Amino acid sequence: MIHTEYRYETRSRDRRLFVTLYGEIDHHGAVALREELDALLLRERPARLVLDLAHVEFMDSAGLGLLMGRYRLMRELGGEMAIINPNDRVLKILRLAGMERFFEITRSVKGEKI
Amino acid sequence: MKSRKMRGEINRMALRLPAISVNEGVARAVVAAFCAQMNPSATELADIKCAVSEAVTNCIVHAYRESEGDFYITVILFEGGLVRVAVRDRGCGIADVRAARAPLFTTDAEHERSGMGFVVMENFMDSLAVFSREGKGTTVVMTKRVGVSAERE
Repeated sequence: MIHTEYRYETRSRDRRLFVTLYGEIDHHGAVALREELDALLLRERPARLVLDLAHVEFMDSAGLGLLMGRYRLMRELGGEMAIINPNDRVLKILRLAGMERFFEITRSVKGEKI
Repeated sequence: MKSRKMRGEINRMALRLPAISVNEGVARAVVAAFCAQMNPSATELADIKCAVSEAVTNCIVHAYRESEGDFYITVILFEGGLVRVAVRDRGCGIADVRAARAPLFTTDAEHERSGMGFVVMENFMDSLAVFSREGKGTTVVMTKRVGVSAERE
């Protein structure tokens, strides 16, 4: 896929905000995505942010920066963050960066922690 | 001097693109499409895409942070499944390559760089070499042997 456009869907329940991301997360798209997610978080102020990466086909270290930034913002807001459904490729880079030390990463909503 | 065939070269490509962020996706897609003829596994191809994306992002974010320019990619495919990718820029160069390759190193913390670019390249490829001169530019050369693993997805 040459296009690195972003789409995302959100739904919230009991102060939990679910955000499903789509497409490829690289430096090109991370800037706009970061601004939109931050605006959303500051408006909703959820107690828990769950980012669903099931439809993220590609992520490089710009994605790691994006996730760490949102994790820090959630901490500032007094909340927590979790990642669900990364594919094998995305999971590989999350593990390389040791992201599981900062937030919960599960392969499915009902799945086990990695 | 040995011919390309004698060196075991199967095919090669060269790509020159302006260092603008939309070309991160273009570069990795073109390189992946070219490498597909080596019959890599899905994981091997994804590793190459990610490494190329990191190298190209460095060109855009760091090398030409205060200027404009192009980046150049050369991919050479060798017999035995060896892929060699070189990503070159004529940007500002890196003052201390060893420090730049360390995990979490970044000269641009305010924009949420993770400082993991070189770490990703090093881990997702078999070898990584970085050549840089301040004011002249940087060349990153990476190799990976593909199509040899038992894994097939």
